[in-house]
Amino acid sequence: MKPAAFDYIAPKTVEEVISLLTTHEDEAKILAGGQSLMPIMNFRLGRPGLLIDINGLDELDYIKQQDDHLLIGGLTRERTVERSPLVRDLCPLLSQAISFVGHTAIRNRGTVGGSLVHADPSGEIPTAFCALDGRVKAVGPDGERWIDPGEFFLTFLTTSLEPTELLVEVKVPVLPQGTGWSFMELSRRVGDFAIIGVATLLFMNGDGTCREARIALGGVAPTPFRAEEAEEVLAGQAIGEELISRAGELAGEAADAEDDYHASAEYRQEMAKIMVSRSLRQALARTGKGN
Amino acid sequence: MAQRQRINLKVNGVEYEGEVEPRKLLVDFLREDLELLGTHVGCEHGVCGACTILLNGKAVRSCLMLAVQADGAELTTIEGLAQGAQLHPIQEAFHEHHGLQCGFCTPGMLLTSHEFLQENPSPTREEAKKAISGVLCRCTGYKQVIDSVMAAAETMKNE
Ligand SMILES: Cc1cc2nc3c(=O)[nH]c(=O)nc-3n(C[C@H](O)[C@H](O)[C@H](O)COP(=O)(O)OP(=O)(O)OC[C@H]3O[C@@H](n4cnc5c(N)ncnc54)[C@H](O)[C@@H]3O)c2cc1C
Ligand code: FES
Ligand code: FES
Repeated sequence: MKPAAFDYIAPKTVEEVISLLTTHEDEAKILAGGQSLMPIMNFRLGRPGLLIDINGLDELDYIKQQDDHLLIGGLTRERTVERSPLVRDLCPLLSQAISFVGHTAIRNRGTVGGSLVHADPSGEIPTAFCALDGRVKAVGPDGERWIDPGEFFLTFLTTSLEPTELLVEVKVPVLPQGTGWSFMELSRRVGDFAIIGVATLLFMNGDGTCREARIALGGVAPTPFRAEEAEEVLAGQAIGEELISRAGELAGEAADAEDDYHASAEYRQEMAKIMVSRSLRQALARTGKGN
Repeated sequence: MAQRQRINLKVNGVEYEGEVEPRKLLVDFLREDLELLGTHVGCEHGVCGACTILLNGKAVRSCLMLAVQADGAELTTIEGLAQGAQLHPIQEAFHEHHGLQCGFCTPGMLLTSHEFLQENPSPTREEAKKAISGVLCRCTGYKQVIDSVMAAAETMKNE
């Protein structure tokens, strides 16, 4: 189908976008890569009265390092982040996660900011963002604020971003040398949305024990989330097969999966256990070898 | 009714000017306004890949872009691949290796392969498989498509 009629405006600055959002709060929608919004409009599941196209906001297209963080502009394309040597070196979990998003032609347009705001519970970028404990910067009529993953994702396709706010930046940590990382997913075909996505990180002590573990799951609850009990089992330990199975069990139990067209809740839960264990094994194998 | 907007863009090296309603999809602008019927439209939600074109050299779904967004852009559609009667090596390879049957997916396959081979001139078969996985083909079973991409890579390397 074709989208219903709308007004269209393509501002050039963040200030203009905020002032348009403030004036047209109820009927306006931001158009970034359009890889989620355009299908919604083509199916007439959404009929915004005004489209605010932010593709001309060159100021939001960047990747830079600031001390021990990477700052990624809200409009930076998924493909740009995936291929960035800086991201591959300093935060390989993110590049790896993005490589699972759709296909090249989707990632050429889709943006990291758009994927986070779309908040699909099985989205790879939202899941990696949880494991990395990243932050997003939102700008609105009352200024700017930083939001953490727990506060940001509310439920299916819903975030705490106000209708008058624009996501302008994503911040993720530089992973210290020797950190173990892994992103894995279960999907029927290459490029499909994940039935389950798992992101794990193992921050290590000098003596080879694990200082802190992070385990994030996508596709098994209304939002991506951290399996904190499973993480706690690993913290401070010399990780071996037994702890890995235990963490997998706990992470699977934390899932709040539902039946859908792709898989039953039971299958998702069972696979979550297996996927978390596999992912931890991969992360462990990568520890201590630099990034 | 939303204001019609004037756009200027270059398609296959030719300058065009048009006036469109904002809701006009880029694929429909190419087909209906410019009468470039080579770009096919299948699903209109980004899944089938039939409408894939190159936007400033990068493969994109033209069903997920508005025509107004292509203002000032340079596009390549399937009509722009051959040089007159001289087929592009990727087209030659698809012809030679039966990379198409009904041809519906072919424009998307060719432009997707084009971007892929620019970025990765010596791909493995596995990489080629993954690269074209975003374009659905109901006829060939993909084997011949992958053969074609691999053959095209070979010829293009030797040119
Ligand atoms: C065939 C296909 C396969 C796909 N496969 C996957 C997949 O496997 N995994 C996956 O995670 N995704 C997948 N996607 C979705 C893709 O990742 C999208 O790019 C992403 O979800 C949305 O990013 P976008 O830039 O295209 O945003 P848009 O579609 O432009 O916008 C999405 C939503 O976010 C809002 N928005 C966008 N940017 C901002 C901003 N800066 N500030 C405030 N609001 C904003 C918009 O108003 C809209 O509500 C797929 C899409 C397609 C078409
Ligand atoms: S018509 Fe555009 S991807 Fe199917
Ligand atoms: S040749 Fe018929 S769909 Fe591919």
